[in-house]
Amino acid sequence: MSALLELKNVKKHFPLKSEKILSRDKPMLKAVDGISLSVKSGETLGLVGESGCGKSTAGRVALKLLEPTEGEIWFKGEDITNYKGEQLRKLRKEMQIIFQDPYASLNPRKTIEQTLAEPMKIFGMPKVERIKRIDYLLDVVGLSSYHKRRYPHEFSGGQRQRIGIARALSLEPELVICDEPVSALDVSIQAQVINLMEELQDEFNLTYIFIAHDLSVVHHISDRVAVMYLGKIVEVGESNELYTNPQHPYTQALLSAIPETNIHKEKERVILKGDLPSPANPPAGCKFHTRCPFAEEICRLQEPGLKTVSEGGQMAACHFAKEVMMEKVLT
Amino acid sequence: MSLQPIPNPEIKSKEIAEQQKSKSLGIEALLRLLKSKTSIIGLIIITILIVTAILAPFIATHDPTTQSIPDRYQAPSGEHWLGTDELGRDIFSRIVYGTQISIRIGLIAVGISMIVGVILGAVAGYFGRWVDQIIMRVIDIMMAFPSILLAIALVAVLGPSLTNAMIAVGIVGVPQFARIVRSAVLSVKETEYVEAARAIGGKHGRILFRHVLPNSMAPIIVQTTLGIGTAILDAAGLSFLGLGAQPPTPEWGAMLSDGRAALQNAPWVVAFPGLAIFLFVLGFNLFGDGLRDALDPKLKE
Repeated sequence: MSALLELKNVKKHFPLKSEKILSRDKPMLKAVDGISLSVKSGETLGLVGESGCGKSTAGRVALKLLEPTEGEIWFKGEDITNYKGEQLRKLRKEMQIIFQDPYASLNPRKTIEQTLAEPMKIFGMPKVERIKRIDYLLDVVGLSSYHKRRYPHEFSGGQRQRIGIARALSLEPELVICDEPVSALDVSIQAQVINLMEELQDEFNLTYIFIAHDLSVVHHISDRVAVMYLGKIVEVGESNELYTNPQHPYTQALLSAIPETNIHKEKERVILKGDLPSPANPPAGCKFHTRCPFAEEICRLQEPGLKTVSEGGQMAACHFAKEVMMEKVLT
Repeated sequence: MSLQPIPNPEIKSKEIAEQQKSKSLGIEALLRLLKSKTSIIGLIIITILIVTAILAPFIATHDPTTQSIPDRYQAPSGEHWLGTDELGRDIFSRIVYGTQISIRIGLIAVGISMIVGVILGAVAGYFGRWVDQIIMRVIDIMMAFPSILLAIALVAVLGPSLTNAMIAVGIVGVPQFARIVRSAVLSVKETEYVEAARAIGGKHGRILFRHVLPNSMAPIIVQTTLGIGTAILDAAGLSFLGLGAQPPTPEWGAMLSDGRAALQNAPWVVAFPGLAIFLFVLGFNLFGDGLRDALDPKLKE
């Protein structure tokens, strides 16, 4: 299988307001600082990390909703980094996004019908087909056609998210970026929406990039998982492998934070000290060294690159990737 | 956003759900508006003024411009309800006809402010960067002038007439609209539904007119109603200075100006047009405030 979407060393820096008016070098917020990812057709790539680590920005850059500062974006074997205007609009048909907040992602002044019809109108679908397809889409996401004359505020969060999904699917995309699609929903509704998304993936052969901070949800839905920290990917690998055998201390800390349901199972908790450093002024060397329980001199000086740490292709960016694992065995 | 419980369609049968009328945000805002006492008072005043303007020929007891020097400066009486002015014209009839002029001034002047201001503000807010810089600096320059001085200067250039006064008052009102629209557009354009519109391939025009502006309407509507009051006041000021309506047009500001010489002997000549202006401005301000509360319930707290 070839890669559907590929990010090559993509960076996204936002300029910050400088305190010094005359200073030449503008301070930059490095939201995404050189990530490389590839997503195969039909798979689900989970993108996890704590708030502010740049995962949502990465998703938006991949869709070209934000222009990358540096790097290349390849979609279906084409370099789309410099696509603009009409070229980019045509591409929109094939890549869509589901938003985090179902209360903010629907225009409050449009009925559901208008919201769902808009993408089809933009791409010139005749009215008769549009009406049919809206009914079909509503049915597919578990709503009824009588819902279509209502306004967004008349729906619950879960229903709104279903409408958001229907809108994303209206153009039959291949790639859907799911930007924390369930984190704003009640737990009981989360499962429904996740199941719906899995069903839709099978039915329409969708490729998902699933952005989330809830690790158990990501484990459930993802084939592969990438862990982000301060704009960098620190570990990426096949989902089960990464969850059972995390190599990067940050991944270990994240996974150890998942509540354990088996009370007999002894669990080692890795507790991180401190807060996420500011992406405007990231630490030198390994970005994680300020919070890493295993940090040594080299971590402060040299930034580790991603290296393959298992036969399954799992990669981690840590100087002590192997040693961390050994230490864990010893204790 | 509504606070009413969200209907659960799973429980409701399809027929009931279909019968249940779907309320748009606009209708809900209207219901909120009708619950507020002040906006009802404003609405009543505005309605009376509009009816007066339409039915002026039937309400007025005399011709508004017919002079009768022997009857000058008569106090209010059964014949002349609000007295007569320095040329013996019936003040009541003049005020009634003046309503037509005032409403026309208000609507046209605010119309000019709104159209120009909304376009400038929306373009500045939506496109940002240097477009925003250029437009907003020009607006800043306009705001640095006292509005009445700017209006006087504009009329001085265009020549004194009612039409030019309306244009001047309209231009003076542009900065207010531009600023309000810009800030509304700035906040709306960052919302996820606008991002969604970009993600589905919407062009700038579509996003601006279908998504951003419709969701920035509340402050525009409020500013329009409040602006009518201010426009009347400014236009009356211009007319008072002889730069707006020309005699014998029964414009309220001009009437104030004409009557000021007799303020001590015949106060009614000045008092009643002043009262009319006051009522007009009050009506639109009350209604505008009520509208603001109704359209944006969050502001009320």
